[in-house]
Amino acid sequence: MSWLTRLRPKLSFLQKRDTPDNLWHKCKSCGQMVFRKEFVENLSVCPRCDHHERIGPNERFGQVFDAGAYTRLPTPPAPEDPLKFRDQKRYTDRIKAARASTGEPEAFALAQGSVGGVPAVVGVQNFAFMGGSMGVAVGEAFVAGAQAALAARSPYIVFTAAGGARMQEGILSLMQMPRSTVAIAELNEAALPYIVVLTDPTTGGVTASYAMLGDIQIAEPNALIGFAGQRVIESTIREKLPEGFQRAEYLLDHGMLDMVVHRRDLQETLARLVGNLMRTGAPAAA
Amino acid sequence: MVTFLEFEKPVAELEARIKELKASAPEGGVDIGPEVEKLEAKAAKLLRDTYAKLSPWQKTMVARHPMRPHFKDIVGRLIEGFTPLAGDRKFGEDAAIQGGLGRFRGRSVMVIGHEKGSDTASRIKHNFGMGKPEGYRKAARLMELASRFNVPIVSFVDTSGAFPGVTAEERGQAEAVARSTQACLSVSVPFVSAIVGEGGSGGALALATANRIIMFEHSVYAVISPEGCASILWRTADKAADAAEAMKQTAQDLKRLGVIDTIVEEPLGGAHRAPEAAIDRLGDALAHELTLLDGLPPQQLRADRRAKFLAMGRSAAA
Repeated sequence: MSWLTRLRPKLSFLQKRDTPDNLWHKCKSCGQMVFRKEFVENLSVCPRCDHHERIGPNERFGQVFDAGAYTRLPTPPAPEDPLKFRDQKRYTDRIKAARASTGEPEAFALAQGSVGGVPAVVGVQNFAFMGGSMGVAVGEAFVAGAQAALAARSPYIVFTAAGGARMQEGILSLMQMPRSTVAIAELNEAALPYIVVLTDPTTGGVTASYAMLGDIQIAEPNALIGFAGQRVIESTIREKLPEGFQRAEYLLDHGMLDMVVHRRDLQETLARLVGNLMRTGAPAAA
Repeated sequence: MVTFLEFEKPVAELEARIKELKASAPEGGVDIGPEVEKLEAKAAKLLRDTYAKLSPWQKTMVARHPMRPHFKDIVGRLIEGFTPLAGDRKFGEDAAIQGGLGRFRGRSVMVIGHEKGSDTASRIKHNFGMGKPEGYRKAARLMELASRFNVPIVSFVDTSGAFPGVTAEERGQAEAVARSTQACLSVSVPFVSAIVGEGGSGGALALATANRIIMFEHSVYAVISPEGCASILWRTADKAADAAEAMKQTAQDLKRLGVIDTIVEEPLGGAHRAPEAAIDRLGDALAHELTLLDGLPPQQLRADRRAKFLAMGRSAAA
């Protein structure tokens, strides 16, 4: 490190490029500066490199439901900090911080509305909330969404995004895997479509449960999707990982997905799929 | 020859002294009987005291003990006429996850479990008990087979986790684990799972989503290894002992949390000190749990299992 690089961060006039968040967006992939308004109108996809930025529940709901119209469904309360977990910070403090920064109660949000004219329940996992990690509250919300879909006899569409299980809830987070699987079994048996849209990143216990059990498996371009973390795999095999490893397109090539869909085509794709699976517009039986 | 763990050092030293004393005692010479007896009593007490208050991290060491009875030992002692069944019918066979039919105390059972291996060659052959997608797909296949023929399922869980590798990912490790868990939840036969060593995350869960879950006294079952948890939350694997404590991964904690049903006591000093006695106790506990499920209608067995897992964590508090 030279004296210049050490000095640089301290020189305020050099930092002017980091303009206020609300005006410009800098693409995390290619560095392109875009007017934020323009970026959001482009569904938070970089107009230059097509990088799909991670988005939160409200933006997602707005993009997926017809005319951006939806009703948020409350997510049931769950026992908070059941293990009284403390690492370098208290778990309750981490939750508080996540709530303050996201304005959401937990990492999984639900809404009801229609997609292509078909009433649907949509769940969105929020990576901004503690890495989207799955604890009891996330499991509870996932199950509530499935049950709302069952009650309304409508499809359940879930957007996944998570580093995995929430370690601060220990074994109880692991138990959300079978728990969500039970909810999916109920949808399967009621012949209601359960559609998964994997977004960047979806890994660990979430992938090894509800994220991989969809009737239809869709992913956003270049989304990281996997079971084990890349560093863990690298240290196991002691070699470089193949190009594009654990990316959406790689999973598609290996038969793990039905399709990789650009965000601008996602609403229409979902509308067509739920329309077909729910057989809307079919001629009345003679 | 017992392999001693770090925290067993004082016991090891005592036992070595006893051995030395016995070996050096001349035929018909000085009577060392009382001295040896005294030392033996002391060693036994030390062992009992040590094992009575094992920390969660020490339990992890015991659960991973190289001499701990593994699938092969357990099946060899408990299951008559075990007939292994191989392959997932899709890609291959995986020696990390074993399965087959046999008789357990007179009744037909489908046995499924992880095998870690017991020496270098067998550990490599069994991939240290880390299942690959084909292993989990085989497990799901065997569960469905058992369910179709109304044969109860017994699983023995002992894995550090599903294998993290490039080809495992390519072939859909996550999907395979998810489908195996799904198979656990869809069978309509009695299903008892025993966590006998390490219950490592999804790779364990995929065979452990059963009607009744029993666990050896010094086994552990967690969402991630203590080392993994520590390196993520404390940014150093050196804090593994703290992570083991915080995660509540011991049989005793898990029983309190309602995640497991029954704890199976191990012989003094851990299952590895008296494997046969340990396996017999495990057998008794398994037989008891199976009796509890006897006579329940198939639909109820499945519905009960689903209800059990649907409620997991809903009202938990440590």
